[in-house]
Amino acid sequence: MTAVTPTGSGHDARSLVIRNLVKEYRRGTPVLRGINLAIPGRGLTAIIGPSGTGKSTLIRCINRLVEPTSGEILFMGKDLARLRGGDLRAARRRIGMVFQEYNLVERLTVMENLLSGRLGYVPVWRAWLRKFPQKDIDRAFELLDAVGLGSFATQRADALSGGQRQRVGIARAIMQEPDLILADEPTSSLDPKTSVEIMEILTKLAGERDIPVIVNIHDVELARRFAQRIIGMTEGQVVYDGPPDGLTDDHLRTIYGGENWLNERSGT
Amino acid sequence: MSAPAPDAISRQPFRTNWGGRFAMLAVVLYTIYAASHLGFSWDRFVSGLGQGGTFLARMFPPSFERWELLRDGMIESLQIAILASFFGVLLSLPIGLLAARNLMPVWVTWPARLLIALCRSFHPIIIAILFVKAVGFGALAGVLALIVGSIGFVGKLFAEAIEEISLKQVEAVRATGASFFGVLIMAVQPQVLPRFIGFATYQLDSNLRNSTMVGIVGGGGIGATLFTAYQRFDFDFVLTILIVTIAMIMVAEVLSGWIRKTFQ
Repeated sequence: MTAVTPTGSGHDARSLVIRNLVKEYRRGTPVLRGINLAIPGRGLTAIIGPSGTGKSTLIRCINRLVEPTSGEILFMGKDLARLRGGDLRAARRRIGMVFQEYNLVERLTVMENLLSGRLGYVPVWRAWLRKFPQKDIDRAFELLDAVGLGSFATQRADALSGGQRQRVGIARAIMQEPDLILADEPTSSLDPKTSVEIMEILTKLAGERDIPVIVNIHDVELARRFAQRIIGMTEGQVVYDGPPDGLTDDHLRTIYGGENWLNERSGT
Repeated sequence: MSAPAPDAISRQPFRTNWGGRFAMLAVVLYTIYAASHLGFSWDRFVSGLGQGGTFLARMFPPSFERWELLRDGMIESLQIAILASFFGVLLSLPIGLLAARNLMPVWVTWPARLLIALCRSFHPIIIAILFVKAVGFGALAGVLALIVGSIGFVGKLFAEAIEEISLKQVEAVRATGASFFGVLIMAVQPQVLPRFIGFATYQLDSNLRNSTMVGIVGGGGIGATLFTAYQRFDFDFVLTILIVTIAMIMVAEVLSGWIRKTFQ
């Protein structure tokens, strides 16, 4: 077994290596059956696969919103699967996350939601009194302009549309100055046009900062269009790992099962 | 179209609730039994009505002769209510949080819930009697009694409000690397604050009513004056006290409704 030691600087430092990752919510019925992956430290990696196949579980194991049953998750020289307490929080603050249902704090303003991305850095009393460092506030305004919500800073999150909320979600993740962004079905609650816009914003903002992104996405076309690398999962196992060009209908049949849906698609 | 299924008539859309029917019958039977057992009778009720009439007649006109006594009593009651609400709500915040099963492990929620249940299990008057024995006559006993009552009521409501929050928002803030207290102030507090304020103002209303009563057992406030007035048959003064009490509680209702509205 070759030891992966993320030495040096640059993109290799941000690469993610997963070894023998197993997750069982109930003993004896694994959702992830020994995942082995090496994800490069730049660009967008898409994980595709049918619902209930463990994509979400996999991504949540990385920042430990879900506890892995066994295995290793190596990132930035640490095994994320073993971190506890303060070490875990320090690792989390360098990993941004974008959610399917946006998961903004509804009763807080857009600005407060963005600044909550700084909670891993700012002392609690400052956050409580809303005395965030001016540097963070300036960055939040810049990001709001970048996602096209410059005039929405003092609006409450529950006043926004789905697409606007997801822009705030992305800006919140970037606020963390992350070394990695995880996106769990970021477009599944949005219409096709907004989905493309959101993926464009995500790739643009992450690309400008050279932050690697791992996206769970069930829309194969979107994955092909935006990802440099595609991982196909089915029943808790990786069945395809390679560039978008290499993904054939045969692979899709293995990933999603059956073939009628493929025929119908090509018929239109 | 097709003929109705042969057993269409015998199919029942609703299940017969035998348990419910039996319980209803049992309640009715027990009510009749209990009423007969306690010796209620129509004659007794009619003669009672007559006495009630003379009692009401002696209440009019209300007397404001001893208004200083009334004023001092009301002010003390108000102070008891406000102090008890303040400290009761303040103590309920951590206790309610500890009792919330979605944020705390079982070994923490269990004792917290037991404490809340203990505080709830007695009427404020009974707790007031205990505190009068413990710390002596006066407002302190009343305040302490109402604090205990407030924890029992507000603590439980706080815990339930926290258990109903959206964990998605909590998850998102936790994912930023926020500490436990960071999650509390940025993800939990915004979701529960309006309801907390609602519960706190309801408790203030409730404590105002109770604070006029703890005096009867020696816990300070207008209750003592009211009880003495009854015993001295000063029914006109009793009426005055009742009117002022009602007025105070109505003003409090309006005020707390206004507070709740502004914090929605």
